[in-house]
Amino acid sequence: MNDFLPTETVGSQAASATDHLFYALLGISVAVVLLVSGLILVFSIRYRRGSKADRSELPPILQREVEIGWTLATLFLFLSIFGWAVSENFSFGTVPTNGLEIHVVAKQWMWKLQHPGGQREINALHVPVNKPVRLIMNSEDVIHSFYVPSFRLKQDVVPGLTTQLVFTPIKVGTFRLLCAEYCGTDHSAMTGKIVVMTPEDYSRWLDTSPASEDLVAQGRDIFTRLGCAGCHDARAAVRAPDLKGVFGQPVPLADGTVVQADETYLRDSILQPRKQIVAGFDPVMPSFAGRLSDAELETVIAYLKSLADTDGDTR
Amino acid sequence: MSDATLDIEGLHDAGPDYLRAGHSVLSWLGAIDHKRIAILYAASTTFFFFVGGMAATMIRAELVAPQGHFFTNDTYNKLFTLHGIVMVWFFLVPVIPTTLGNFLLPLMLGARDLAFPRLNLFSWYLNIAGGALTIAAILFGGVATGWTFYEPFTSFYANGYVTLALMGVFVVGFSTIATALNFIVTIHTLRAPGLTWMRLPLFVWSLYATSLIMILATPVLAITLLLVAAERVFDVAVFDPTRGGDPILFQHLFWFYSHPAVYIMILPGMGVVTEIITCFARRRVFGYATMVMALLAIAVIGFFVWGHHMFVSGQSSYSNLIFSFLSFMVAVPSAIKVFNWTATLYRGQITFEASMLYALGFVGLFTMGGLTGLFLASVPIDVHVTDTYFVVAHFHYIMVGGMVSAFFGGLHFWWPKITGRLYSENWARTAAMLMFLGFNLTFFPQYIMGYLGMPRRYHTYPPEFQVYHVMSSLGAVVLAVAYLLPLFYLTASLFRGRIAGANPWDSTGLEWTTTSPPPEHNFHTTPRITRGPYGYHPPGEAARV
Repeated sequence: MNDFLPTETVGSQAASATDHLFYALLGISVAVVLLVSGLILVFSIRYRRGSKADRSELPPILQREVEIGWTLATLFLFLSIFGWAVSENFSFGTVPTNGLEIHVVAKQWMWKLQHPGGQREINALHVPVNKPVRLIMNSEDVIHSFYVPSFRLKQDVVPGLTTQLVFTPIKVGTFRLLCAEYCGTDHSAMTGKIVVMTPEDYSRWLDTSPASEDLVAQGRDIFTRLGCAGCHDARAAVRAPDLKGVFGQPVPLADGTVVQADETYLRDSILQPRKQIVAGFDPVMPSFAGRLSDAELETVIAYLKSLADTDGDTR
Repeated sequence: MSDATLDIEGLHDAGPDYLRAGHSVLSWLGAIDHKRIAILYAASTTFFFFVGGMAATMIRAELVAPQGHFFTNDTYNKLFTLHGIVMVWFFLVPVIPTTLGNFLLPLMLGARDLAFPRLNLFSWYLNIAGGALTIAAILFGGVATGWTFYEPFTSFYANGYVTLALMGVFVVGFSTIATALNFIVTIHTLRAPGLTWMRLPLFVWSLYATSLIMILATPVLAITLLLVAAERVFDVAVFDPTRGGDPILFQHLFWFYSHPAVYIMILPGMGVVTEIITCFARRRVFGYATMVMALLAIAVIGFFVWGHHMFVSGQSSYSNLIFSFLSFMVAVPSAIKVFNWTATLYRGQITFEASMLYALGFVGLFTMGGLTGLFLASVPIDVHVTDTYFVVAHFHYIMVGGMVSAFFGGLHFWWPKITGRLYSENWARTAAMLMFLGFNLTFFPQYIMGYLGMPRRYHTYPPEFQVYHVMSSLGAVVLAVAYLLPLFYLTASLFRGRIAGANPWDSTGLEWTTTSPPPEHNFHTTPRITRGPYGYHPPGEAARV
């Protein structure tokens, strides 16, 4: 938060890769601007009206060669930059399996975050250094954007869609969290901080933070309270898909397509059950839209995912 | 072009010039002469430019201090929304086509008027009607959606006269469509004998490419705005995620228009600059055919790059890949144009009139805007800098550094054609240089603070960014002075300026072969064209004075 020169605020693995690409492009750009403005300046002086400079015409064949030459050079240069940018993009976008999962709910105008152990935070996120973090994000109202400049990372948080952001903090310190998508009156006040701590400090922080039940336990309670098991249970009278081990697996749908059961799929299935009907089942499930807050929904999804984790056969 | 030694004296018998052809208010408000309609547009776009400019001034004044001084969050949000809506739809999109384009297109084609003169007047009234709706929305209390009208914010979370503003933009879109249709038909059907496609000045080509984009993209905007209005007013679920709608769909539709709209704004500027540089370098344009191809390539590829506005929106990383690739590709023809303008100077006979200073400034600023476009086309960098001041700086380099410089260049270049008078060259050069300096002082710091993480549309900001904001606001003062100066010396020229004569710049353009200001029907006899444009020297020979 205190240091703001870009070289000092590389806060994540992605950040240094982005910076390298940025400075390379900056170098190329400076060279091109110097070339173009230099040529304009030199020509302006040398060929000012009435100067004695040689103005005999070049053969047309040379003109054509020059044109083809700089077109190809430009194309080659741009393709190289594109190739580099793509390789960076696909290397740091991969999702780690051993990461810390944090659930994020954005609303006008605050960030609500919850740790796997149930610790809740508002406008602040405490994470240990050098451990991959995976944010699972939803919005309660409009589009927001989770932006940590020091990590060079940003991801829109969209109502009705679960988005993710993966990063590995590499430096202990406090970094700004900002909302980058205009979201109404207090958009510029929708800020917070990311506190990156040593693993020891982090476990101390976890111990001293008031934790309710962990997410999975909360989700199990809600699952029971809403009577979901009445249908989604092998012994139930109404036939509904078995949810054990569903997370992360391909699900065949009634319309013949297959979807991956990710967070967005689970969320949609709870709020808009008729959107994607599982093959072989009747569309009888009622929508739970309006009956669950986003935070509650997160816990149910966490519970459903835990069902997948415990089932060794399907993972 | 046609013979520059056309009998200009003889034209004085062709009746009064278009300015003296009628003096009543009705002769202006009911004019169907393209030249008079161009003047009407000049008046309305100038008005909107200063409305949008006032909002910008207030924004820059507020941002001098990290916590602001003058406005509430809501007022600030309304100011940047107003600035965006007015500048994009009521100034940048229409200004060059409807003022310079309207005035010059028939003159450059050797035609008496546009193909549909009444449609031309009607599109001005549509422009005014759209403007009136938007101004009404502002006067009733303003709109705080941002010019992008993102969903579901606009339908369900924004207060104020949003629907009125949407309708304003909807209506002005039809004005654009009508103008584009008019231009396309005119270029196809009203070229003078001998004026083949490859003899057209590049300004005409740029208007043609622009009109194609306008006519294909603007209806998409109209549909999108109608959907938003239907959702907001009649509660028809379209983008509402709670009822199965998709807010990202809105972004696809919006940018499918709004990215091509960037080329709607910049292509006419490229055309103007080509006319100016060739004239004051006394050179044929380097690579005419390539310049035409580049304009068309930009117009076509420009339709397939919209997704680069959405790299962090949640669209798939494979979409990002493809849109990133296409965004790099659209930069190639833009780069070629920069090289060709530069090469046109080579072995020229260069002089530095005010319009030439604007044109050279355009090349430099457009280059910087274009290069930073490559940063934004690279996904990892865009993830960091999208929705920051880096993007703000980038598109202002293209829109203001590029487009507005080109407009002022064109205004100065054709001012004697339009009014018959010469302005003070010294004042004009001063304004041109002030504009270049003020522009860079305003917007270059925004690149830096953007990369450091300053988000756009922030009323209050972390104090470490203050130094950049102060620089930017100082630059805005210089820029404001530079924009006000022409109001004075151009107005003064109308009363005290030297009589320009038909062709004060000794240009070879067809528009200069008639008197300045031109007679009502442009040409006494229909010109016959026997050569290509920019005949400043015989092909294969050196540039001569």
